[in-house]
Amino acid sequence: MTPLAATTQLLEIVGAALAAPAFLGWVNQCRAWLQNRRAPSLMQPYRGLRKLLNKDAILATNASPLFRAAPYVVFATMLVAAAIIPSMGTGLPMSTAADGIALVGLLATARVFLSLAAMDVGTAFGTLGARREMMVGFLAEPALLMVLFVAAMLSRTTSLPLIAETLAGQAPALYPSLAFTAVAFLLVMLAENARLPIDNPATHLELTMIHEAMILEYSARHLALMEWAAALKLFNYACIGFALFVPWGAGNEASGPIGLLLAVPLLAIKLAIAGAALALLEILSAKLRVFRAPEFLATAFLLAVLGLLVHLLLET
Amino acid sequence: MSLRQWWPRARPIPGRPAGGFIAVEPSEWFEIATDVASVGGRLITLWVTPRTGTPIATVHAAYQVDGGVLVAELAIGDASFHYRGLETLYPVAARLQRAAADLTGVRSDSPDQRPWLRHAAWSPADAPLRSDPAYGDPGAVAIDDYAFVRVAGDGVHEIAVGPVHAGIIEPGHFRFSVVGEKVLRLEERLGYVHKGLARRFTDLPAVEGHRLAARASGDSAVAYSWAYCQALEALAGTAVPARAQWLRGAFLELERMQNHLGDLGALGNDAGFAFGLAQFSRLKEELCRVMAREIGARYLLDAVVPGGVARDVPDEAASRLLVEVRRIAGRARELHRIYDDHAGVRDRFAGAGAVDHELAQRLGLTGFAGRASAQAADLRVDLPCAPYHVVAPRIAVRRDGDVAARVAVRFEELEESSRLVVALLSELPPGGHLAAVGVPPADASAIGLIEGWRGPVFVALETAPEGRVRRCHLHDPSWQNWPVLEHAIIGNIVPDFPLINKSFNLSYSGHDG
Repeated sequence: MTPLAATTQLLEIVGAALAAPAFLGWVNQCRAWLQNRRAPSLMQPYRGLRKLLNKDAILATNASPLFRAAPYVVFATMLVAAAIIPSMGTGLPMSTAADGIALVGLLATARVFLSLAAMDVGTAFGTLGARREMMVGFLAEPALLMVLFVAAMLSRTTSLPLIAETLAGQAPALYPSLAFTAVAFLLVMLAENARLPIDNPATHLELTMIHEAMILEYSARHLALMEWAAALKLFNYACIGFALFVPWGAGNEASGPIGLLLAVPLLAIKLAIAGAALALLEILSAKLRVFRAPEFLATAFLLAVLGLLVHLLLET
Repeated sequence: MSLRQWWPRARPIPGRPAGGFIAVEPSEWFEIATDVASVGGRLITLWVTPRTGTPIATVHAAYQVDGGVLVAELAIGDASFHYRGLETLYPVAARLQRAAADLTGVRSDSPDQRPWLRHAAWSPADAPLRSDPAYGDPGAVAIDDYAFVRVAGDGVHEIAVGPVHAGIIEPGHFRFSVVGEKVLRLEERLGYVHKGLARRFTDLPAVEGHRLAARASGDSAVAYSWAYCQALEALAGTAVPARAQWLRGAFLELERMQNHLGDLGALGNDAGFAFGLAQFSRLKEELCRVMAREIGARYLLDAVVPGGVARDVPDEAASRLLVEVRRIAGRARELHRIYDDHAGVRDRFAGAGAVDHELAQRLGLTGFAGRASAQAADLRVDLPCAPYHVVAPRIAVRRDGDVAARVAVRFEELEESSRLVVALLSELPPGGHLAAVGVPPADASAIGLIEGWRGPVFVALETAPEGRVRRCHLHDPSWQNWPVLEHAIIGNIVPDFPLINKSFNLSYSGHDG
């Protein structure tokens, strides 16, 4: 392991954990501006986390150890995911441990723990949310796998950093298959991160919630970890998107420390654009009825399959 | 049978609305109810007035029929007598009878004898309108196990929501029986915001009661205080100046606009369309600010007082106000187009929470929600008081009875109310805005009936000696519409409930009293 690789790895993990709340804050800021409202500060998510971390945790009397462990598991899973997604550099020592398919498994692990914890206390809303989350999850997962398969076939590897490096290294060319999968990935990203039109992150209506309903029973540091993990998940998804569809600019061994130094502001620019686009998308859409979610995700899957077919027919 | 045999026996109601009080025998109590139902009349409300000595109480049922309001009065000889329940003819009576029993101990013979307003604030043996319950000792009265109707079957489970909600809204409990996401049954449990208004009224001089009435449901403050003043002014023989009548009309329509503006935004938000909330909130705020500037109050609490209105709106202020009202109505029209054109919003609104017109008719769905289910009733047209005999509104009616229909009716009423405000304010009659109100005579009764934004607001006032109130009964249109909501949700999915609920936006406070 070279010192550069170690630095990159450390930067990826710490950077993701620290920057994720700001990314969420940026999306919220853009949403507010687009609604003609005065926006909360970029620091607001950090203040929320600090507030929660300073509070005493309250647990339901019948909460099992699983309920207490889930926030740590979910948060740790998201950190590991951040470690193997090439957001700033592609020379990641930890990426040999897990490839793109394992990443989907990691995200699924977080989902399972989150849902189990939601049902643990036995409130109606937790169960309701968990049920809906599993419905969204089992439809979104195959679509996400399909997206990764297309990228993997293009680059002949399932390792995310290698995919990003291969795609970035080739002469800029328009792959029709990637265009299809990009749209599919966007739909999956909206559904998986509880964004509109599948779930409304700003709602206070307990009967309509998905993600929020699952964490209703959490408080203090547990809730802080859950919210931090949710912000990390959004950040991770954005970085997966960059790795697959705009992979240029990530640092590697060849570009050295300068490359890594340049990769950081570049990532910030990419995130700023992606966050604004996400906010715009959310403002323009209304929430779908819960039973329209399968259609939405089936469309994502179909687009990803189309991408695969296009790749097999036209690009080989 | 028709109503012809009853009218000659009626004591006329003083002032507005037209109609009469009829003292009936126990045998006639159900007969008059049947006759009213046979000519398509509706039960407005039912209440009980406790008396000292014999009879021990009077049960009143107010009906709205073509010629006006008919109030049947049945004297109750002793506490063991159970009057005949009206719930088979008028479903709304079921909860009214239970509420009356909680407050006075006088019971109907209806099979449903569960408490309705009484939770654990007083014991079942007490009746706040008759005796002095031992308040102030929480835990002294056991919280009874309220028997919700159970739905059994494979995969059926219950979701209990409230009375404390995730958002900052009024308290009410909803018990859903669901299979998966589909709602099989909803049962409401209300009464959490019972404030004891009826009892408080008995401590007040009649000329101050309008302030308490206005606080029954803050979003309908003008409607409540106007209805109260209508009854009081009829008893005291006050002639309200024309300018005050015109201003009251303008205030009522402004209140209607404020509520529709607020709710239309909230409806967009509940469909996940935050743009709608931002835009409508802004319009409502603009209306509030211009009202603060020109009328002196953002919301019109206590603007209507006995004898007229609290303060005059000078002609120049009125003309500035109507320019703004016109502008806001124009902006709302643009937003109407956006709501209509947005596929996602339209998809959520259409078909959700449908109440067909037969169901609406049977349950007595009232107000704008009734008009969205083809119930073309509006007191401003059916029993107009001044100034509505001069500036009559066009009634907005839809047939579908779903969220989309209620939204459409709200948009149309918003437009129509802005037209009425402009019409009333641009031709304000000259003269004073307040007349002196004398002390009302003792042992007299009168009625107030005003079409608030949600529906008809009813006030029955009975005076005691020295200008005091013996009994004042307030009735909110939510009484009629809450039971309909239980039907509107059947067959819909759980996450659509908040949207359907908001499309009615019923009052908890006004209902609980």
